[in-house]
Amino acid sequence: MGEAIVVTSGKGGVGKTTTTANIGTALALLGNKVCLIDTDIGLRNLDVVMGLENRIIFDLVDVVQNRIKLKQGLIPDKRFDCLQLLPAAQTSDKSELSPKRMKEIVEELKQDFDYIIIDCPAGIEQGFKNAVAGADKAVVVTNPEKSSIRDADRIIGLLEQEDMEPPKLIVNRMKNHMVKTGDMVDVDDIVNLLSIDLLGVVADDEEVIKASNIGEPVALQPNSKASLAYRNIARRILGESVPLLSLEEEQGLLAKMKRFFGIRT
Amino acid sequence: MIASKQKIAIKGTRHGLTLQLDDQCSYKEILGELDEKLSSNNQAEDDQLINVTIQLGNRYLTQEQKDALKKVIREKQHLVVDSIESNLITKEEAKEWKKHAEVKPFVKVVRSGQVINIEGDLLLIGDVNPGGKVMATGNIFIMGSLRGIAHAGVDGDEKAVISASFMKPSQLRISDSISQAPDYETDGVYMECAYLDEKVSKILMERLQDVIKKRPDLSSFERRMLNG
Ligand SMILES: Nc1ncnc2c1ncn2[C@@H]1O[C@H](COP(=O)(O)OP(=O)(O)OP(=O)(O)O)[C@@H](O)[C@H]1O
Ligand SMILES: [Mg+2]
Repeated sequence: MGEAIVVTSGKGGVGKTTTTANIGTALALLGNKVCLIDTDIGLRNLDVVMGLENRIIFDLVDVVQNRIKLKQGLIPDKRFDCLQLLPAAQTSDKSELSPKRMKEIVEELKQDFDYIIIDCPAGIEQGFKNAVAGADKAVVVTNPEKSSIRDADRIIGLLEQEDMEPPKLIVNRMKNHMVKTGDMVDVDDIVNLLSIDLLGVVADDEEVIKASNIGEPVALQPNSKASLAYRNIARRILGESVPLLSLEEEQGLLAKMKRFFGIRT
Repeated sequence: MIASKQKIAIKGTRHGLTLQLDDQCSYKEILGELDEKLSSNNQAEDDQLINVTIQLGNRYLTQEQKDALKKVIREKQHLVVDSIESNLITKEEAKEWKKHAEVKPFVKVVRSGQVINIEGDLLLIGDVNPGGKVMATGNIFIMGSLRGIAHAGVDGDEKAVISASFMKPSQLRISDSISQAPDYETDGVYMECAYLDEKVSKILMERLQDVIKKRPDLSSFERRMLNG
């Protein structure tokens, strides 16, 4: 029996879809059976970021309306057999989806997959309620920026009313040089304010943009900063304790520290 | 026949007169005797008004009865009723009083878009984040950071205070007064307490210890905490 994780943020454009694609890819890379669901009906993106756009025949709404079987709606990933995508509908009416129906779909998928990662639309309206309905856990994505943090806080408040574990936080698009100059809120302050556990910090990395433009999630790259961050997040989801920040942010410093303590790297 | 016991005892005090009314006889008897007593007691013509405090003992009077009593007294000489004291209150009044005297504890983070609104004093163990709001008819004590809005004395209690381990509110309100955070970025302050200064009618902030001196009533918080 698998586990369903919804990726939300409140504010739009902070990196939900990118996070969903990369956590999914990284989990698949580590050998898990993963299904991604795009619930952003009318503004689907996840298929583009995954490079699967051309393969879409059916979508989530077809499944909701029982026009097809759930299995028929799933698109296998180009790279991993264990990774599949249930794309959002682009044209259908989004009122087709309901929390109840969503729950049923997620329950069914949990029979076959280890992880169901649900990409949530921005906002706190019906789309959010649908996306959250079937989830056992939630990941809240925020940028190190006041308005985004405020919306994350609002979303956490709503998630706390749901029947699920306390959500975990991903700070995306961190620019360390801006923190140093005091132009950006630092991670400690964000975690302090939101008072939830930190799942990971992803640097602002142009590789992410390049990667989504060619439909190859950045997590597939062997050693870009963002890729390492996403893989670490995946390992933390699997229950490993991977030290925070050090690898993703301060590689230089860590290397020096190790030398200092006489550990060979 | 036994001469009936006096139903009204009149005492002079520094502040005026105190009328102690017998609480065993009927209300009618009281009114009767009051009328009689005050008329017979024709004092010298002195233009000064005399304050009267009425002590009802263990008697409960409705508002109409109280008004009638006041009227009888006002009609006589230079007496004005200052206050009516009774050992009794109705169940409703007691409940109301209890509600406002209670300390309500919450353990949570009040997040953006969330509101806690209670009667009595609020004890919050957790933060109030920007966009979050806490309201109480009494005092507000926050063991955590106040970064949102706090409104104490919602029903008009100007003596109410707001205190937090860390204060960086976007807005403070006490009764009808409002104070806003400045537009520029400021550092917060630790262990401060906001109160409404009567002289300047402004919300001021001081160390909690200093505000306790200004609000001796706050010490009753301790007792209420224990009772609650
Ligand atoms: N770590 C990162 N570094 C650089 N660019 C990033 C990073 N994460 C996301 N982006 C870019 O930010 C943009 C928005 O990301 P994304 O589409 O994932 O956000 P979203 O939260 O899903 O948006 P929406 O609310 O519209 O669904 C994209 O162009 C993406 O490539
Ligand atoms: Mg998206």
